[in-house]
Amino acid sequence: MQTTEHVVEGARHLRGRYAIVGVGETTYTRGAGMTTRALACWAIRNAIQDAGLTPRDVDGMLAYQLGDSTSSTFVAGDLGIRPDFFMDVYGGGSSTEALVGLAMGAIEAGMCSTVVIYRAMNGYSQSRIGGTGRPESAIAGEQLHERPYGWSTPGQLFAPSFMRHMYEYGTRPEQVAMVRVAHSRHASNNPKALHRKRVTVEDVLASRMICTPLHLLDCCVETDNATAIVVTSIERARDLRHPPAVILGVVGRTCKPRPDMHYQHGPITAVAAKWAAPRLWSAAGLGPQDVDVTGSYDAFTFTTMLQLEDYGFCTKGEGGAYVASGTIELGGQRPNNTSGGHLCEGYTHGVSMVVENVRQLRHDADDSCPIGADGRRAHTYDYREGGCRQVRTVNVTANMGWGTPAYGSALVMARTA
Amino acid sequence: MAVSGQYLGMALSIPDLDGDNAAYFRFCAQGELRLQRCKACTLMRYPPGPACPWCAGNAFEWTPVSGRGTIYSYTEVRHPVQPAFRAHVPYLVLLVELDEQRARPTEHEAIRIIGNLVTADSALAPPELIQAAGIGSRVRVVFASAGTDVAIPLWTLDAGQPAGAMPWRYPE
Repeated sequence: MQTTEHVVEGARHLRGRYAIVGVGETTYTRGAGMTTRALACWAIRNAIQDAGLTPRDVDGMLAYQLGDSTSSTFVAGDLGIRPDFFMDVYGGGSSTEALVGLAMGAIEAGMCSTVVIYRAMNGYSQSRIGGTGRPESAIAGEQLHERPYGWSTPGQLFAPSFMRHMYEYGTRPEQVAMVRVAHSRHASNNPKALHRKRVTVEDVLASRMICTPLHLLDCCVETDNATAIVVTSIERARDLRHPPAVILGVVGRTCKPRPDMHYQHGPITAVAAKWAAPRLWSAAGLGPQDVDVTGSYDAFTFTTMLQLEDYGFCTKGEGGAYVASGTIELGGQRPNNTSGGHLCEGYTHGVSMVVENVRQLRHDADDSCPIGADGRRAHTYDYREGGCRQVRTVNVTANMGWGTPAYGSALVMARTA
Repeated sequence: MAVSGQYLGMALSIPDLDGDNAAYFRFCAQGELRLQRCKACTLMRYPPGPACPWCAGNAFEWTPVSGRGTIYSYTEVRHPVQPAFRAHVPYLVLLVELDEQRARPTEHEAIRIIGNLVTADSALAPPELIQAAGIGSRVRVVFASAGTDVAIPLWTLDAGQPAGAMPWRYPE
C-alpha cells in the first residue's frame, strides 16, 4: 500500500524540440447547420493554411470525441491528407494537452512528422454536454451509482468539490463569479466570441441557480464548432509562416488516486493538477511564477479557480481571493483565458484555449485593433470594451485542461526555445 | 438471473455478468447496506468493483456496515436535466462519509457514498427538510424498493445531530 507522495521528474530531453505551428477554428455558433465532418474540415483547413503548409505536408492526425464527432479517416480523406499515423481518442476535456504530447511522441518515434489535432462538435445542436432532457435508456453498470440520484451532468458531478472548497476555505460566490466577469471582459474584445457582453458579479449571482454553487453564468456555453492545431518538430517549424509556439512541457491525463467520480480520495478540494504540477514544471524547467498568460479550462468558474490553485499560481485555499484580485484579467499580472474561454467564447473541450495562447505568443491576438502598414495588427493595449486583448509581454504560457476533478492535462509553451 | 427494476420511472438493468452490482443491490433489497471487504488487507471499498484499490486483491466478502454517516459535501439541484427528476426539484445530492473506515488507510481516505436526501420513508426530501441539511449533518441509510432484487440506498437525517453546531449550507 502506497501512502507516500510520488515525486516525479518531467522529461527534459524534449524541452524545446517541438512546436505548435498552425491554429484554426470555425465560427462559434448555436446552430452550425452542418456536420461535425464539415466543421472539422473547415477548422483543419484554416490551421494548415495558418501554418503555411498544404494537406500533403500533414502525415499525422489525432482527434478526440465522446461518440459525437467524425473520425480522422473520413476527415483526412476529405482534405487529401494521407496519414502515416492517426488515432481517435475517447474523451472530452483534458484531451488537448495530452494529445499534443502524443503527437510529439509519434513524431519522436518516427511514425510521422507533422500532426493535426482537432475537435469537432455540435455541442449545442446535436450532443449537449449538459444533457438533452431526452428520456434515458436503462441505467446499468457504474451508472447505477450515479443516475438514479439525478447526478449525471458535469455540473452535478463536480459540485461536491466546489461546495467543499467553500466550506473548508470560506470561498465566496462573489469571488468565484469574478472568473466569469474577467472572461466576459476578455470576450468583449474577441469578435468571434459567442457571448461578447460584459457581465458583473451581480449578473452572475442573479442568474438562476442550476445546482449549488453553480449559477447559470458560472457554467460554460454550449456551441457548435471545430478547432485544430498543427504540431511539428522545431526544425520543421523554423521555416514556416509564423514564429513557432515552442513546447516546453506537457502532462496528461494525470489522475488523482481513485480517478473515478466517487471522491474516495480526499481532500476532494484537491484536483488532478496537484499531481500533475511536479511533472509539468520540472519538464518545462520553470515554474508558475514565470508564466505570463494562463489558459485554464473553464467548464465552470470553479474549475479555473481550482486549477490555478493546484498548479501553484496561488496558495491552496486562496483561489477565491486570487481570481477576484484582478490578477487574471487583461491588464493584470497574469491574464487567464484572454479569448473569453469556454465561459464566453465557445466550447471546444480545450483546444480553443491553446489556440488563443499560440496567438498570444505570436503577438497576434485577433482582436479589433487596426492592421498596420506592415500587415500586422497594431495592438493598442487598451483593454476597454471592444478594444485590444493582446497581452503586452508574453514569453511563456500555460494551458490547464480539466476532465473531471480527478484527471487533467497541461501544456507550457514559450516564444523561444 | 438478470435483475431489472424501476425507480422514479427510470429503468435499471443489471445483467448476469455484473455480479458485484447484482449482489450490492440485492442486499439493499433486503434492507442491508453491505460493502466488499478485501480478504487480504481487510479494507472495504466503494463503489462495488472486482478488485481491492489498496492491495489489488480479488477475494472479498460482503460485510454489513452501520449505514450511518455524515454529509461531507452536497449539491442542491434546482435545474433538472434527467426527465425523472423534473417533478422533484429542488433535490439534494449528498456525498456521505460513512462512520466505518474514516481516515483509513490514510488520513485523506474514507468510504464516501452518493445518494439523495429523503424522508424516513424514502421519498425525496421536501423543501423544509432540504433546508435542515448541510455539511456536517448526520444521516442514516434507508432504501427505496425498485423491484424484487433491487433497492436504491438513500439517506435521511438521523436522530442524533451534533449539539450546538449548525450544518454548513451554501450561503444565499
